[in-house]
Amino acid sequence: MILFLEQLLNGLQYGVMLFLLAAGLTLIFGIMGVINLAHGSLYMVGAFAGTWVATQADSFWPGIPAALLIAGLVGLVVEATVIRKLYARDHLDQVLATFALILIFNQLIVLIFGRQPIFTPLPEVFYGSIEIIPGLFYPPYRLMIISVGLLVAVGLYFLINRTRIGMLVRAGSTHREMVRALGVDVRLLYTVVFGLGALLAGLAGYMTGPILAVQVGMGEEILLATFVVVVIGGVGSIKGAFVAGIGLGVVDTMLRAFLPTILRGFMAPSDADALGSSISSMGIFLLMAIVLLIRPKGLFAAGG
Amino acid sequence: MRKLILAVVLLAIFALMPLAADLLGQNALQTLSARILIYAMAAASLNLILGYGGMVSFGHAAYFGVGAYVVGILYSHWMSEVPIFGLFPGSNQLLITLPAAMLLSGFAALVIGALSLRTGGIQFIMITLAFAQMIFFLFVSLTAYGGEDGIIIRRSNEVPGLNMRDKTTVYYVILVVAVLYFAWMWRVVNSSFGQVLKGIRQNERRMEAMGIATFRYKLYAFVLAGMGAGLAGALMANFLRFTSPDMMHWTKSGELIIMVILGGLGTFFGPILGAAAFLILEFYLADWTEHWQLGLGIILLFVVLFTKGGILGMIDRLRGGRQ
Amino acid sequence: MKLTSVMKASVLAAFASAAPALAEDAVKIGVITTLSGPAGYLGQDVRDGLQLAIDMEGGKLGGVPVELVVEDDGLKPGNGRQIADKFMNDEGMTLLTGIIFSNVAGATVPEIVDNGAIYISPNAGPSNLAGKGCHENYFVVSWQNDALHEAAGAAAKKLGYTNAMALAPNYQAGKDAIEGFKRTFEGEVSEIYTQLGQTDYSAEMAQIRSVDPEVVFQFHPGGMGIAFLRQYQQAGLLGNIPMVLSEPSTDAVVLNAVGDAAIGITATAHWNYDFDNESNKAFVAAWNETYDRPITYYASQGYDTGLLIASALRETGGVDDIDALREAIRKADFDSVRGEFAFGPNQHPVHNWYQLDIVAGDDGKPVAVTKEVLLENYGDAYAAQCEM
Repeated sequence: MILFLEQLLNGLQYGVMLFLLAAGLTLIFGIMGVINLAHGSLYMVGAFAGTWVATQADSFWPGIPAALLIAGLVGLVVEATVIRKLYARDHLDQVLATFALILIFNQLIVLIFGRQPIFTPLPEVFYGSIEIIPGLFYPPYRLMIISVGLLVAVGLYFLINRTRIGMLVRAGSTHREMVRALGVDVRLLYTVVFGLGALLAGLAGYMTGPILAVQVGMGEEILLATFVVVVIGGVGSIKGAFVAGIGLGVVDTMLRAFLPTILRGFMAPSDADALGSSISSMGIFLLMAIVLLIRPKGLFAAGG
Repeated sequence: MRKLILAVVLLAIFALMPLAADLLGQNALQTLSARILIYAMAAASLNLILGYGGMVSFGHAAYFGVGAYVVGILYSHWMSEVPIFGLFPGSNQLLITLPAAMLLSGFAALVIGALSLRTGGIQFIMITLAFAQMIFFLFVSLTAYGGEDGIIIRRSNEVPGLNMRDKTTVYYVILVVAVLYFAWMWRVVNSSFGQVLKGIRQNERRMEAMGIATFRYKLYAFVLAGMGAGLAGALMANFLRFTSPDMMHWTKSGELIIMVILGGLGTFFGPILGAAAFLILEFYLADWTEHWQLGLGIILLFVVLFTKGGILGMIDRLRGGRQ
Repeated sequence: MKLTSVMKASVLAAFASAAPALAEDAVKIGVITTLSGPAGYLGQDVRDGLQLAIDMEGGKLGGVPVELVVEDDGLKPGNGRQIADKFMNDEGMTLLTGIIFSNVAGATVPEIVDNGAIYISPNAGPSNLAGKGCHENYFVVSWQNDALHEAAGAAAKKLGYTNAMALAPNYQAGKDAIEGFKRTFEGEVSEIYTQLGQTDYSAEMAQIRSVDPEVVFQFHPGGMGIAFLRQYQQAGLLGNIPMVLSEPSTDAVVLNAVGDAAIGITATAHWNYDFDNESNKAFVAAWNETYDRPITYYASQGYDTGLLIASALRETGGVDDIDALREAIRKADFDSVRGEFAFGPNQHPVHNWYQLDIVAGDDGKPVAVTKEVLLENYGDAYAAQCEM
């Protein structure tokens, strides 16, 4: 039972991370109609920029504003120079252009930071683990990631549902042409949305720094899972990204944790391990295939 | 007429390449040219559904890899003389392995297509990617066939009467298969089937209203595309004398899409020019600098931002906008 | 070795050594390696180690002027093959090296040796090329893949543990790692397979805690391993359940990136920067003078490759006579930075494996300190299958 709860928390933490990335991606996708493969690059930029500042300052905390700021700025530059030219193009041109951006970003990081993975410090306060309920020890840093993710989710909820920008975003994701026809400065809206997406990706990148390896190509590792979240949740839906992100995080973690054990009840241990881990690596894709076959537009498709 | 001239010119270039490579002392050109032919076939098969049919499959490398693995698995069973599942004997005969590769990759495409074609748009992109990833992970975990390390095929498949240990012979076998494939492709895109496919891309509802079962046509095209990619994969396995899951990684699917767009979407010669441009760029940039991916990225970005319709589109505009 | 062939080789060498004095051009050595992507630092270190050996001899190896021609394979087997063809056919190279990954080697090495050229592996030593697939033109300077993990198993056994938990990604190299560990550990092992490219190991941490084994062995190359170690510390397992690792999990770059999450771990290696021999001291000093980054065992393998080539060229004077070159390389008559070195019957190394302790250095960062020899003059499990 304790193990189950712990794995549930682990799934929640992974899901929250996926949500931070998917939120920006789904907005860019839903509102601007742009498939942005380079979203993972912004995640990498945030991780490297934050880590660099943290190393210079010898403290974890200054890295957070640095990651937000630099990833956001880089996002704005990319939007102004490349993405803006792609709004009127079809998806294929966007795929090609943003794939090119991945190559460029990866190589620029190599030129600036070198090829070695770099070390992101973990603040002293987060060392060790704390006992949440009797018998359940959990790393506090992961608890912080969960809280930050949930805070961002609440913030986005208010932004989307209670502000003028949010209203435009909602309108933009369902009736793009209409918003444009009403004389809204769509270009500014797009820039703001892209910048926001980049900011969240940068935050996610830096936050994972102390858990994962900060290295070239780290964005591509998480890119596919992020796209899966966007598609399952429904393109353009923040709510969908949240539900799908958490859901996928939990399912993925649970499969990895318990499937081999369950399979061992039916077959030889070595076969069970091999089969179990094969199924769990396919898990998120299997889930997506099933969801799309039942609901072709995803769980919470914007605009019905 | 122009197309015929282009076809003859391309054929002449590929046919004379081994000779030219020898004269120039640049033998690697033959290797490069063989890889271009194989990737051109794979890209052309993708172009059938992507360019003509408007179906953006992001998992096309899966069929390429399945084709390659059919050759690899048949070879390894032929070596060990153990029948597959105790039923089928292995083989090292090209005339057996190529059809087998097409059959199995076509079957994979049939299953995946039948499920995926129920969706459209971005969902279709993602679901084809999802199935391709599942196949990728399947082969990664297949320890019996080398898993991630792949299968080393010590000798290329045999063809009666030919010495397949000679590299130039292998090159010409690839060329003959490619020419046959492109001749077949020419017939397909100019047939009534090809017209229906183009009609579906432009307006699927109108085609339905005309009483055409669009799903069946799309599925048919999807299976043909899968078989084409499988054939190309089987040739690649013979050429590299090696197969690995790397051949069906999602980035390989991405590269195939890039070749198609780079050359010119929905055009007959686009995939050939696109494959050539991509591989030549990779070859010479890597030769020039270890940061070749930066150069490749900048060139791709330039092409997509400042040209329309890929290389063929660029050529057409340079010739004064005649279309 | 037959006496006649030695005589033949030395006669040929005597003739050949006259040649380079006349030739203006340097001998070109082809380096096919991985420089892009997350694993780019491996290729970079191998290349720089090799280059260092050349620079330290003033642009020569064994008195023969040499030039490295380096190209990035992008971790794509097809590209590796393409580069090999270019090197051999267009640039006429007969001596190639540099490949980092087993799958690139699988597509490239057979092509090289079939062309009559010699390939010296500075890193990958896959089993399919070590046993039945061995070839007289194929040499491995680094290690056979399995031996890395057999050393870890031997260390766990020597430390007196009887039950272990082994974790590795669910792919060939991961399975080989666990098999290798079990082969020498001989105790009870429970296995967990993770996913290739997995970044979050919280589920596995919870399982380790609930099973509570005496020792943990895990093999996760590159970034996956960094993530694993950091999460092991954050889960509070570091210091509670000991960990024994094979060499790829504790290279200097990984140690730098994981920081204090590595302190207290037992590592195994065939080389460490603190080895007390003249060759190694010269290498480490030159590296630290030339490069502003940590010295890894990949660099040592690149450097050893350079020394091996130097020893062969000193005898043959050039690369034109492949038979003589092969004979000269087989002698392995060089002062390896790892100490004793010889080739086994499959031309893979026979050398010592050591236990290292990861401790806090003066600046608090982790450093590996050599403890003792684990396996003496150790070859590999595939040598017996090799018929040359």
